[in-house]
Amino acid sequence: MTSRTRDHKGRPVVAVTGLGLVTSLGAGKHTSWARLVTGQSGVKSITRFPTDGLKTTIAGTVDDMDVAPYSAHDLAIRMAEAAAAEAIAQARIGRPLHFPGPLIVATPPSEFEWPHLRAMHGVPGGEGLDGYARMLANARTRAFDDLARHIRFAAISDRLKAAFGTQGEPLSICTACASGATTIQLGLEAIRRGDTEAALCVGADATVHPEGLIRFSLLSALSTANDEPTKASKPFSKGRDGFVMAEGAGALVLESYDAARARGARILAIVRGCGEKADEHHRTRSRPDGAAVIGAIRKTLDDAGVHPDEIDYVNAHGTSTPENDRMEYFALGAVMGDRLRNVPVSSNKSMIGHTLIAAGSVEAVFSVLTIESAKLPPTINYDPDPELPLDVVPDPGRESPVATVLSNSFGFGGQNVCVVFSAEPA
Amino acid sequence: MGRITDKREVWITGIGLASSLGADTEAHGALFSGEAVEPSVDEDRYDPYPVHPLAELDFGRQIPKKSDLRQMEAWQRIGVYAAGLALTDAGVAGDGALLDRTHLAVAAGSGERDTKVDCDVLERLDQRGDAAVLAKEVLPGALRPTLFLAQLSNMLAGNISIVHSVTGSSRTFMGEEIAGLAAMENAFRRIQAGQADIVLAGGALNAEREDLLLGYEIGHNLWRGGHRPVWARAREGGGFTPGSVGAFLVLEARSHAEARGAAPYARISALETERTQRQAGDVTRALSELLERLGVPVPTGPLPVLSGASGVAPITEEELSFFDDLTARGRAPITRAYGSLIGHGVEAHFPAGIALAALALRHGQLPPPSETDDIELPLTGAIDRVLVTGVGHWRGEGLALLDRVSEKTA
Repeated sequence: MTSRTRDHKGRPVVAVTGLGLVTSLGAGKHTSWARLVTGQSGVKSITRFPTDGLKTTIAGTVDDMDVAPYSAHDLAIRMAEAAAAEAIAQARIGRPLHFPGPLIVATPPSEFEWPHLRAMHGVPGGEGLDGYARMLANARTRAFDDLARHIRFAAISDRLKAAFGTQGEPLSICTACASGATTIQLGLEAIRRGDTEAALCVGADATVHPEGLIRFSLLSALSTANDEPTKASKPFSKGRDGFVMAEGAGALVLESYDAARARGARILAIVRGCGEKADEHHRTRSRPDGAAVIGAIRKTLDDAGVHPDEIDYVNAHGTSTPENDRMEYFALGAVMGDRLRNVPVSSNKSMIGHTLIAAGSVEAVFSVLTIESAKLPPTINYDPDPELPLDVVPDPGRESPVATVLSNSFGFGGQNVCVVFSAEPA
Repeated sequence: MGRITDKREVWITGIGLASSLGADTEAHGALFSGEAVEPSVDEDRYDPYPVHPLAELDFGRQIPKKSDLRQMEAWQRIGVYAAGLALTDAGVAGDGALLDRTHLAVAAGSGERDTKVDCDVLERLDQRGDAAVLAKEVLPGALRPTLFLAQLSNMLAGNISIVHSVTGSSRTFMGEEIAGLAAMENAFRRIQAGQADIVLAGGALNAEREDLLLGYEIGHNLWRGGHRPVWARAREGGGFTPGSVGAFLVLEARSHAEARGAAPYARISALETERTQRQAGDVTRALSELLERLGVPVPTGPLPVLSGASGVAPITEEELSFFDDLTARGRAPITRAYGSLIGHGVEAHFPAGIALAALALRHGQLPPPSETDDIELPLTGAIDRVLVTGVGHWRGEGLALLDRVSEKTA
């Protein structure tokens, strides 16, 4: 039943034909990748706002995009547009202002940020008015109409749809830190159904602002190793103490294999399968028995028709929190058995931090680049944790052919999504 | 584009509704008794903005653990409650094996801010002006970690998984009304294509929030003043009246429902969505094109329509032009803007419309017409199908066609 164009369940095979990337290592996949495989870090002290007194003062910010004044919404759009344009250009698909498929975008929260609230609160607004009543009165005057885009979730996908001419209703997705992987899953499913022959999958996140930082800090999720920013993110290491918030965007053009071949497109990789499993245990913690994470990996391999022994490399979620890394090790062991010791498992977050909503997209791009280049990106800052005996590909990385990659994404709220990519079948 | 042809039938086997009218299918059944129903509107609390407040209900009936209730704000409670009603109604609640392979498709907006904390911060910023320092001084003490979780869009889904043990998969869609269109469409298409057998799909809105009102006033989308039905508002300047709504449905492949002996409310025969730029005429044109895209013949004669019109101008009037086009093509739309009765549920609005359409088919009635002279005509005779429209207040268009499942085939 399996052939070049139909998978093990008789469904259309889905290919990746375009990639785009923005990370704290730089804009463009070539820049980011060249720095990633040589073990450079994009984590640095935050300069966007004063950080005195904060427990965490570092992040993987994207500082070289021209967005002033900063807003999470505006920076996310700028990064998403850059990544999507790069992916479409590589795929050489469609025409300007006409991408022949839907847009699926993982986007950060749409909320007023403090400067916006301050602006609306900073005008008296009327006799005796205060708080929200004052802001509502000022909003009615139409003096603050330009803030509307910040509060609409559909605004980012709307802008991207207009910029690239994608088809139909654009989707905005949030499955927390699994969101980027979910966009790929939705694209894969739509192509398999025959709803479309192509999809543009994008994830972007730019939420390094005071409230974002404080929120995650209150959950005790962030590293406080501020003194040496590039060493703070240390997935699977003995002294790991939390993740480093980061910004970035990733974009992939997915196409049915048949359609891609018919138009002579270069196939970068095959999306073999996706799987997901929700966790009902706790709002921020996984089930202790690992059932949800294990279930997500197993469902992914089943969907992909891939035996655990066929996985040559794992692009780990690897956040560098004590709990995530332990759970990921445990779950991979449950699925791969003793073989896990010999399977390279590296975490890009050691260098670019955790790009949150965008992480699944960014890491999917890195996974495909790993297959393309036969280079395994390292896990930097590695100090072995004897409880997690893994081949994390310590700095300086390694050259090795890779046919099949498992990319993991796990989110707060219990949403776990994994993707398997393979090289084009010979 | 070569869509698969052997599509499976999609049934609605469970409905969970909570709104200003009450909290279950029985309470909403009153809409289909043929008697007039008085909308529940609070015009004072957020003056000049009327809202449809959530009816008083006992959340503990669907969210038994106090610790779970404490972890949620109203938006999540409404949604988790409605989700529980739908699962119970479908006979899925408590069936661990089935819940483990039940999928979730949730429409969500922003979570809820602690408006008191916001005001406290803003007050001090007025005096000091150094935003970052104050954000450090005030927020760390005021932002509870649990409140942060209340602000995450995907935590409605997370809480449904935790409280009701729905763990097959979980996808949260955002984008105002588009979120509701997308969640329903995703569930529908996956079941049709055999990618899922059973999906809990829907959304929730807590209208009783100043931060929500501010978010929509910034786009001048809200109706001000006394309550008016949707069509009347569109003619008088436009604006929507938010309603607290939780709307969840259990959608199921017919074969899956039959195998476990679940009875259908109705079948979703077709569901199509679009997004236009909204230049003049776009919405009318898009709805007409969507009707063609449904791929299901809609016979001439009376066509019951549950309209998701928001009341925002000129979009709501464009929807009326679509009904005129329908009339010109031999169909006689008998419309009801259900937003006149329960308010505009934004993310939850389209799921609520589909839920009400399913109830209409079960009861053989439409909701009572609102007081808008010539638009909402009386219904005579039985109904076998209902068209549901979803037209976002600034983006997103969609149509769903529901059919009665005849006794014979059921």
